[in-house]
Amino acid sequence: MSLMQEISQRALDRGVPLGVQLDVTYRCNERCVHCYLDHDDHGEMTAAEICSVLDQLAEAGVFFLTLSGGEVFMRRDFFDILEHARSLMFCVKVKTNAFMIRETEARKLSELAVQDVQVSIYSHRPEVHDGITLLAGSLKRSIAGIRLLRAHGVKVVLANVLMMWNRGDHAGVQQLARELDAGYTIDPTITPMMDGDRAVLGMGLRVGELREVFRDPDLVGDVAEFCAPPPKANKDMLNELPCSAGHTACYISPYGDVFPCVQFPLPSGNVRRQKFMDIWRDSEQLNEVRSITLGDLPVCSGCGHAGSCTRCPGLAYMEGNMRGPSSLDCEKSFARTGISTANMKLRQASAAARGLVQIAMAPSV
Amino acid sequence: MSAVYIARAIQVAARSLDGEMMIMSARDSTLFTLNPVATLIWQMADGETPLEEIVRRKVCAEFEVAPDEALRDAESFVNDLAGHGILLVSDEPIMIQEGMR
Repeated sequence: MSLMQEISQRALDRGVPLGVQLDVTYRCNERCVHCYLDHDDHGEMTAAEICSVLDQLAEAGVFFLTLSGGEVFMRRDFFDILEHARSLMFCVKVKTNAFMIRETEARKLSELAVQDVQVSIYSHRPEVHDGITLLAGSLKRSIAGIRLLRAHGVKVVLANVLMMWNRGDHAGVQQLARELDAGYTIDPTITPMMDGDRAVLGMGLRVGELREVFRDPDLVGDVAEFCAPPPKANKDMLNELPCSAGHTACYISPYGDVFPCVQFPLPSGNVRRQKFMDIWRDSEQLNEVRSITLGDLPVCSGCGHAGSCTRCPGLAYMEGNMRGPSSLDCEKSFARTGISTANMKLRQASAAARGLVQIAMAPSV
Repeated sequence: MSAVYIARAIQVAARSLDGEMMIMSARDSTLFTLNPVATLIWQMADGETPLEEIVRRKVCAEFEVAPDEALRDAESFVNDLAGHGILLVSDEPIMIQEGMR
């Protein structure tokens, strides 16, 4: 067991929220075509409110703090928030598009010793990147921001969300990351809108395209191991928890709403009305999420992929049932291994049955 | 022997979990956990109290350990963390930025 796994287990055993993502705003200077957020300000927390929440998070034992948005630099008081967070000795990651990072911002981020800065880069080609952000010149400005951060010794990770508009560009973004002396992470998942609207999912990669991504050794390492047929789930696996959401991690919106995860929009309380720790300990919603093990999932527990699936309970929730399958993850499991999931088989059987019913109900005129 | 002063570096992230300190070095992203004795020394590293005094008044008072042995172990631990940029070590008192105490 690695040190990080040991720490996570200890936090889990003691009910400690080890990691929190706090979005300081949903406002953004970019308008990414796939974004799941509403960018209007519906009354975001003031810096004083956020600093009070940070005090509570530190007291609760939170160590890993991700400050994100929206675009964090849309807040003029962002550095007040960040300075307070660092004075509380959080391990801080900042997510930004780096468009507004100039010399001053880069120097301050370095002085405040943030752990790293994650920058969304969709393509190494301006016409593709800017076509996704809908902000002319955004790739050029983001790269300029990254260069300044690196010049000040700030660690940078390029986050490359893949979708139909930039499929095939990940090698170019990886090369760009190498040129900028930055890390690289890829995410082939498009997330439904926070209000449940799934229209943006149509921009996601198709199974065949995912299959190609999962067979790129630069991305997955050992392809044979990554794409191997799943091991049969044993009793221990069925007792495992689906992920850290609600167990050792949670998400807080700019309006103070608490959710199990940024990708799991189950309202669980609000820090403007309750103390964070009261929500963390006593929220019915969080406690329900915590009560679910893999063995409790009616479809997934019997799936051949149960032992290796990356099922996201938040995506399952957005699909209608937090105990149900996440079809997006079923697609990934299928793309990796070529083996259908239990959910896919059920859907195929259901579609076939619907076909039969339609024949039976055909009017005889 | 001159006094040794120790202070927590402001470039690190740190949090106590179940009485033991987790520390992340911003310099090289190395994660450390400190045992209860090391955690106590870390918490007392205010830049003003000499290491010898921390060991004598705190470590020896709370843990069953001989002062000479405790001081040797503490010096080794302090030098190790200083090598990772997590602790500052000086033969003079060290000013710590307000808010990082």
